[in-house]
Amino acid sequence: MKGILGRKLGMTTLYKDGKAFGVTVVKAGPCTVVQKKTLEGGEYDAIQVGFEELTPERAKKILTKPLVKKFEAAKVKPQRVLKEFKVGNINDYTVGDIIEVGVFSEGEKVDVTGYSKGRGFSGAMKRWNFRGGEASHGAKFHRELGSVGNHTEPAKIWKGKKMAGQYGNEKKTIKNLTVVKVDAENGLIAIYGAVPGARGGLLVIKSATR
Amino acid sequence: MDQYIRSLENEFMRQDLPEIGPGDTVRVSVRIKEGNKERVQAFEGIVMGIRGSGTGKSFTVRRVGAAGVGVERIFPFTSPSLEKVEVLRKGKVRRAKIYYIRNVKGKVKIKEKRD
Repeated sequence: MKGILGRKLGMTTLYKDGKAFGVTVVKAGPCTVVQKKTLEGGEYDAIQVGFEELTPERAKKILTKPLVKKFEAAKVKPQRVLKEFKVGNINDYTVGDIIEVGVFSEGEKVDVTGYSKGRGFSGAMKRWNFRGGEASHGAKFHRELGSVGNHTEPAKIWKGKKMAGQYGNEKKTIKNLTVVKVDAENGLIAIYGAVPGARGGLLVIKSATR
Repeated sequence: MDQYIRSLENEFMRQDLPEIGPGDTVRVSVRIKEGNKERVQAFEGIVMGIRGSGTGKSFTVRRVGAAGVGVERIFPFTSPSLEKVEVLRKGKVRRAKIYYIRNVKGKVKIKEKRD
């Protein structure tokens, strides 16, 4: 399985074979392999990759000391973000390898993970698409959620009842999106459809699981 | 950030279309597919406005068709089915979106722009 980290740039329209595609443009890579985990080493086959290089001075400021030492030990430049990818053949990678956006090609299916836009403490209408009440005609019931349960039996509110609360800023994965275009020169990848998060948000792009 | 998106869009931007603005009378030739056959259809009318940027840029053309029914069509500047655009008359208008022509009774009168 292939994977790369990137930042969302925004959306646009691209054409392919005379058809228009609404795509999200992601600036992905380069990612550096920082650590290898192997089955023989008592773990599982995976690579840990870093994204967004930091200068040593900057790294000292924003990273913890153990992390800085970790990068030093691996003889790679310090990175802002670390993520792990389980890979099929661990021998394809060595520590210090650079993963570029070119690992993906046009027409491939990918899963994109990111954090959705935070909407704060939201009411039931926004969060769960409840209908609410009328705005006028003498109504006194506007944006409320209505009844939350039964009476003396069961005399409680069921767990998981859809109510107001924190909405957004959760980890979301959109599966089976198609890669429309890869610009290896600029490190850009255009993915058909929308992906979670705001512009500038961190995204994990992996080849589709199914 | 925007420069990267523009760099992807650049490939699809067309230079062969003339400069058009609101109030202009234009004839737009559109390729239409009917089954396996392809033909070109012309749509003639007044440009009501231009919106958007990059590959999302489009313009609206309005004509009054048979039985006085107004027809408005929106054309993306980058659409591959856009064969050509001819400017028949340059119009002089005071606003960027001339939606008021929808409510004009009788013939829409727009002064010609002379340079």
